[in-house]
Amino acid sequence: MQLALPRPGYAAVSRWFLAAALAGLLVADLHVTTLHPWADLARLLDGLVRPDFLSVEGWSVVYTVAFAVLGVGLGAGTGLLLAIPFARSRTVRLACAGFRAVHELFWALLLMQVFGLSAATGVLAIALPYAGICAKVYAEILEEADLAALRVLPVGTGAVSAFLYARLPEVAGRMRDYTLYRLECGLRSSLVLGFIGLPTMGFYLESAFRQGRYAEAGALLLVFYGLIGTRRLWIRGWTVPLLLIAAPLALPPAIGNAAVGPSLARFLGHDIVPAPLRGAALADPETWARLWAWLRPILTDQILPGTIQTLILAQIALAATALGGLVLFPLTARRFTGPLGRPLGRVLLVVVRSTPEYMLAYCGLQLLGPSMLPAILALALHNAGIVAYLMGRHADALPYRADAPRGLNLYAYETVPRLYGQFLAYLLYRWELILRESAIFGILGVTTLGFYVDAAISELRLDVALVLIAATALVTVAVDALSRGLRRSLRIDTLPTRLSGPAPVAG
Amino acid sequence: MVPDGSRAEIVLENAAASYGGHPVLLGLDLTVRAGERVALMGRSGAGKSTLIGLIQAQAPDRVALVPQAAALVRTLSVFHNVYMGRLDRRSTLHNLRTLVRPAQADIDVVQKILDRVGLAEKLWAKAGALSGGQQQRVSVARALYNGRPILVGDEPVSALDRQQGARILAEMAGSHQTLILALHDVTLALAHTDRIVVLEAGRIVLDAPAQSLDPARLRPYYEAA
Repeated sequence: MQLALPRPGYAAVSRWFLAAALAGLLVADLHVTTLHPWADLARLLDGLVRPDFLSVEGWSVVYTVAFAVLGVGLGAGTGLLLAIPFARSRTVRLACAGFRAVHELFWALLLMQVFGLSAATGVLAIALPYAGICAKVYAEILEEADLAALRVLPVGTGAVSAFLYARLPEVAGRMRDYTLYRLECGLRSSLVLGFIGLPTMGFYLESAFRQGRYAEAGALLLVFYGLIGTRRLWIRGWTVPLLLIAAPLALPPAIGNAAVGPSLARFLGHDIVPAPLRGAALADPETWARLWAWLRPILTDQILPGTIQTLILAQIALAATALGGLVLFPLTARRFTGPLGRPLGRVLLVVVRSTPEYMLAYCGLQLLGPSMLPAILALALHNAGIVAYLMGRHADALPYRADAPRGLNLYAYETVPRLYGQFLAYLLYRWELILRESAIFGILGVTTLGFYVDAAISELRLDVALVLIAATALVTVAVDALSRGLRRSLRIDTLPTRLSGPAPVAG
Repeated sequence: MVPDGSRAEIVLENAAASYGGHPVLLGLDLTVRAGERVALMGRSGAGKSTLIGLIQAQAPDRVALVPQAAALVRTLSVFHNVYMGRLDRRSTLHNLRTLVRPAQADIDVVQKILDRVGLAEKLWAKAGALSGGQQQRVSVARALYNGRPILVGDEPVSALDRQQGARILAEMAGSHQTLILALHDVTLALAHTDRIVVLEAGRIVLDAPAQSLDPARLRPYYEAA
């Protein structure tokens, strides 16, 4: 089908997004309800300056790493296997899209009903979505690989030999980089799982925050930054097998719920089946009428308002990320900061991007009270840090002419116009991630989709929770499709979007 | 003809440069006086671009540069790319305003410059949408708009046919006092400059008035070594 509409330009798309965000600001709840936000912030920062390392629960650090290593190991391994049929099989692609559209925390909330607060819950909550993400990215890496060597192999070379000689060496480096990056994400996910009760660092962070033990919270945070900052030292070729062997030994014992078989059967056969269908005659039209009567209020009173709030939050956060990214990226670009400023800028952005946005939002809610404001700040800080870091690398790779202007003129006439397509590619790619995270922030009290999921689970109405999670996944998939469509129509769909990508080449 | 007493614009004494440990220019002396029109010639790899870089670096605030690659910002319009020639002489506030809503006075001036290079109707086209030859003319227009007295160009007409190239060179000569151009077209060089400097392997091997030369005299420097 030929569309008669003209292709939108960079400026038009930027204006639409900004206008949507401004419209969102009009209806968003941005009130600060706490009395002394600055005093609390000062105490929090004081905790970071004067941390109490002795109060850190050592095992929580071990569990955080163990969950991340096993979860990412399992997810990446499954992802690698799924990457092979990914391009050919629509079923595999759809399944992977479904797995990655559901956030780790939602997986954990569901898995908890079967496995209780156990290691299996933590590991699987990371492994399931990561398998979907890894499958997609590994498949892309395989697809982008240079196949010249493959074509000149002698006729009759076996598939395995061909893969090992002509394919794997081409892609191994990028796959290793990506997996290492995933492990960093896994550490963040693992920490955040603690906020819903698993025994990782997040659990202790949450109680320290809640009870105002800021010296302990500061120490936990610094230990976490240390873990992420030193990952290249302790994750190496020879340490990976050791980590994979040691991790299962270091897992925490399960808490309650020993009989997995019966509870899994009850979960699948009863709990998540919509209430009107349980034990009902499926041939009876009455049953389906009752199902609709059950579903309709969920749609109108939960999914609809939850989706609207989620989209509003994501839209404002995306625009704030864009502005933040544009303002911050000169901090790490050679032409804009001196030899002293640039390393400082990099450290700042690495710290910001290492901080899990869920935890930022949690702190924000403690300081500012329940409204959209802390959620917007958390999403914008984290994502602007990432976008700025990546843009800074691209800015340094730009070839400027010898008589190029300097300062703000260089920024406005050369750097930003040249990088704008790349900038939009990063933002549109992060749109889906911001949306997933916006939905999750409902668990913290913002009335996005996660708010209703959390309520349904605490009322033990798992059938409702499942419908809500499926709706969240659908919204995520829809935004992902829209983002890809926009990237294609702007002709920026071939630009790099991944954090772990190779260093940009001058172009 | 250039009066002998005119001011020296560019003075290079024993200039040397290397690229990745490999010497490109070896102890080279060159003086260019105000009002001269110099063609730098020689085989590719002789060191012309490196010499152009040294010349530009010696008087950056008196040079309008046409770099070898057109170096346009592809996402901006032709107007904005040409306007960039004078970013340093306008207030940053004015420059930012011009990105969003250019002033009519600026548009008129840029329009006239584009007229001179035969791109009048491309004022608002995206630079990335132009052909190679058109991009090169935008790059020349940027230098013309820049207006600084020494125009330094690295193969500024390489993507144009001889007739077009001649027209562009005449425009450059009309508005810039001093020209220093790397050229490979002998006919154009002899017709539009008054001094020919030939480089070979990082050294000047010929430096003579254009009037005293003819294509046959220059041919040895282009034949395969």
